[in-house]
Amino acid sequence: MSSSPAGSLSNTIEEVTKHHTSAVIEAYTSSGDTFLRIEKESLLAVCSWLKEEHDFVYLADIVGADRFTSDERFEVIYNLLSLKNQCRLFVKVRCDEDAPSLESVTGIWPGANWKEREVYDMFGIRFENHPDLRRMYLPEDFQYYPLRKEFPLLGVPGSIPLPNTTPDAD
Amino acid sequence: MGIESALGEGYLTSRVDALVNWARANAAWPMPMGLACCAIEMMAFAGPKYDAARFGSEVMRFSPRQSDVMIVAGWCTYKMSHAVRRIWDQMPDPKWCIAMGACASTGGMHRSYGVVQGVDNFLPVDAYISGCPPRPDAVLHALMKIQDKIKTEHSVLLDA
Repeated sequence: MSSSPAGSLSNTIEEVTKHHTSAVIEAYTSSGDTFLRIEKESLLAVCSWLKEEHDFVYLADIVGADRFTSDERFEVIYNLLSLKNQCRLFVKVRCDEDAPSLESVTGIWPGANWKEREVYDMFGIRFENHPDLRRMYLPEDFQYYPLRKEFPLLGVPGSIPLPNTTPDAD
Repeated sequence: MGIESALGEGYLTSRVDALVNWARANAAWPMPMGLACCAIEMMAFAGPKYDAARFGSEVMRFSPRQSDVMIVAGWCTYKMSHAVRRIWDQMPDPKWCIAMGACASTGGMHRSYGVVQGVDNFLPVDAYISGCPPRPDAVLHALMKIQDKIKTEHSVLLDA
């Protein structure tokens, strides 16, 4: 890679710590990727600022993570891409185990709609002001969140119905 | 013309069962239920090199109403299981089922909450094929086993 993308990314980190000093918890690079961990309250402010001022117009992915810790158990990672500056930034937010919820970023990137639904489906993290927060893959009446660590590998027996094998019986 | 010269003026005796089973065994048309990569091997099984038509499985029928053997090829999710069972219920009797590959037989490597751990949880499977994916020869072998099974069945009801 040329030096300019890294340069624009470190510039972004510098500016975000300057403009949103109270929001930024940490900023670091690991394995060639740049991460920015912020307070959940300033998620919308930082995200829209990154989009407007630093051209992170493309939200490539949203990932959930169960850290299985007693405080701030869940983490949501936003994979942002700037096509103009040819660089990628991961924004991380943590939230608590009890009724985990975050603000929805669908107002900033409409494509976040299904991605947030998937995180909700797998981890049970609610996204406030999401236009249509339903489960993505699992049945609507499914009671569990399968990617949480305490969920058994083979699922809960009987929680997803199998077809009736005696169709003439009823 | 062949059989007359062998028999001369004589005649053959057989059971109706044997005759019906012989006909059924050599005309078992598959219903391809291709759910994953096993379906590729199933196509080879039907194609000219392995040629399932030699065994009377002349043609894959994509309508359940025209088929006799359902080959479940691939891993089946709980969501898909309802569709598979519905297709199975629409197949006319008599019908047989092959679970092709490790996933259809046991869930295979998909040890997960979303995958049915073996299609025999909701289908009456007659033949299981091991392998991931199985070779087309193995599918032929399963078909021959199904033929053996058909030939031992009592297909005609006796008078009560």
